[in-house]
Amino acid sequence: MNRTLLATAGIVGIAALVLTGCTTQADDGPVTITYTNFISNDGNEENLQAIVDAFEAENPDITVEVTTLPYGDYGTALQTDLAAGTVSDVFDIEYSNYAAYQANGVLAPLEVANPEAYRQSLLEAYSTDGTSYALPSSFSDVVLYYNADLFDAAGLEYPNSDWTWADEKAAAEALTDQAAGVWGDHQPISFYEYYKVLAQNGGQFLNDDKTAVAFNTPEGIEAAEWLVNKSGTVMPTIEQGQGTADFDTNLFKDGKLAMLHTGIWVFGSVADVPFNWDIAVEPGNTVQASAVFSNAVGVSATSEHIEAATKWAEFLTSSDVMVQTRLDAGWELPPISDEAQLATYLDKGKPANRQAVFDSLDGIALPPVVANGQTEMQDIIGEELVEAQAGRKTVEEALASAEERINAVIGG
Amino acid sequence: MSVSTLQTSLVDRSAPAPVRPVRRAGTRARYALTVLAFLLPSAIPLTLFVLGPMIAAAWVSLNEWNLIAPMRFVGLENFATLLSDPTTGEVFLHTVFYIVGYLPLVYLGGLALALALNTALKGRSFLRGVYFLPVVTSWIVVALVWRWLLNPSNGIVNSALAAVGIEGPGWWTDPLWAMPSIIIASAWKDLGFVMVILLAGLQAIDPDLYDAAKMDGAGWWRRLFSVTLPLLSPSTFFVLVISLINGFQVFDQVYAMTGGGPNGASEVVVQRIYDLTFRYGQAGEAAALSWMLFIVILAVTLVQVRGQRRWVNYG
Repeated sequence: MNRTLLATAGIVGIAALVLTGCTTQADDGPVTITYTNFISNDGNEENLQAIVDAFEAENPDITVEVTTLPYGDYGTALQTDLAAGTVSDVFDIEYSNYAAYQANGVLAPLEVANPEAYRQSLLEAYSTDGTSYALPSSFSDVVLYYNADLFDAAGLEYPNSDWTWADEKAAAEALTDQAAGVWGDHQPISFYEYYKVLAQNGGQFLNDDKTAVAFNTPEGIEAAEWLVNKSGTVMPTIEQGQGTADFDTNLFKDGKLAMLHTGIWVFGSVADVPFNWDIAVEPGNTVQASAVFSNAVGVSATSEHIEAATKWAEFLTSSDVMVQTRLDAGWELPPISDEAQLATYLDKGKPANRQAVFDSLDGIALPPVVANGQTEMQDIIGEELVEAQAGRKTVEEALASAEERINAVIGG
Repeated sequence: MSVSTLQTSLVDRSAPAPVRPVRRAGTRARYALTVLAFLLPSAIPLTLFVLGPMIAAAWVSLNEWNLIAPMRFVGLENFATLLSDPTTGEVFLHTVFYIVGYLPLVYLGGLALALALNTALKGRSFLRGVYFLPVVTSWIVVALVWRWLLNPSNGIVNSALAAVGIEGPGWWTDPLWAMPSIIIASAWKDLGFVMVILLAGLQAIDPDLYDAAKMDGAGWWRRLFSVTLPLLSPSTFFVLVISLINGFQVFDQVYAMTGGGPNGASEVVVQRIYDLTFRYGQAGEAAALSWMLFIVILAVTLVQVRGQRRWVNYG
């Protein structure tokens, strides 16, 4: 019994030591900051480490401890860390989450030493009332990939930046050969595609004061039909596997898909396919509009080393080392303003028409963002469009239902 | 709580009380300390990881909290919101649908297996091991395998159905079939657990009773209904209580197989709690829903424990 009591006392003692150990910190001298990210997961870990090494060489007093999580788990992990007060000094965020995190006071306001280094539209996307609360770390856009061999075999002209939906539809129908398992087109039926095709058709997702949706219009219905009607005609159905992870890129890599709507982040994954392929700016209907995705890093408002953390955040997002690393690796695009540096990206190999990546930026459709209910809004429109895709609802019914459900979430 | 201790505490009420030590002050104090020492290892984690979080959740349920910003006290508003939200009723309905489909399937399947493997079958130890294997396999693995098996276009199940001229359903892609898909996978995975419990119950039945029944001219079915099932009732009771509690808490397989879809058709209570907390930033509402679920489970279990007197036979 006495031994048990002693053991218990020992455990309590150790726990006390551990707990107090957490709170000791140095104000001067070497500091260690923590950085949690998803951007390097799945292939760019060493590239991130190269940037960390360069930063530590330049700042011998600062050590950066990196934690890398898969994108799918990242949001939940960050929420949990924020709730528990264990969030890293520096952490990744996405554009669509920025508004919510900023409004909730999670992000420290940042003193940016060299704001001119950034592409201004991106820098502004992460500032509120003139103050930066996060720094863009990269951007990427969605383009139209095509299998040039399939186009050649059918004697069709390649997609180009003058194409509209009608051209894409005609080519997709001509290229689809269901008996041979070859499909003409693939575009996900989701929130991220819908807000974009809506913009391509001259519509908008939210009303101007963001209190209600504005997509239940003739343009909105036509845009939804453009997506939904691909399923089963020129694109596989859900029963055939559409919508599962990596289904579309694998179909493209197997040479069984003529056109694919996806981001430039899969360049590396399709680089070595045994057929000719290239990219083009995504066709619009009445308007050209491309989806631009951008990641950013924020500094925790509760960090004990805000100055060192900000220094790292700025190095990670604007240093020359970062620019070179990203361009060499084809790791999305650096968020910088220097066009001359970006120009070298054009000569980095496949695909040949890398100019389309920049041309897409001429017409940008940014995702609609609300401060409360963002995820629920995205889930609802996705669910309702899939109802229409599966034929359980008409497009009109699905959009009317989505309108009612989303307004109840974001209006309240 | 381990299976065996729970089984004892739920079932074995007729066990004789522990022999009391001689009533001397010093001995009694030492006895109390010994009991305490035995309780402590399970009491500490129970307090830290069950009781503590439950009390914390009760507090969170009275607040508005998105996990990020500080909590704001709202009283019973979360409960009122949940009660007026049609989704709450739907997720409870889906959960009950799951239980109603799952429970008979897993019990009758487990009983059939236990009866078969309680005979002098060759290789029965091996077969017992095989049927128990899914129980110790991770749900994520099982769920992914079942998604392949039930793939509407090229899964084995629909291919086999097509071979005999039946057009298989859309399984987890179809709102009508999403929950049945989950039920089938769940019953398959848990069969081995039910089998093991019932097998233990079967082996505790005195073989003389069967000999006596045979002598009286009772056939196989008669022996099953008049000897086996009544004497198996304590094990059956245990299986039902545990399965029902697990049924109300069903989550892993739903999360991994359908994510609650399509369009919420297979969303169960715990999936909703997860979504509210980690996707929609409404931890207060989620905590309130957790407590509602706890109360429902407690009520159902109490009814079962009371009801057992009518049909559970401790021989």
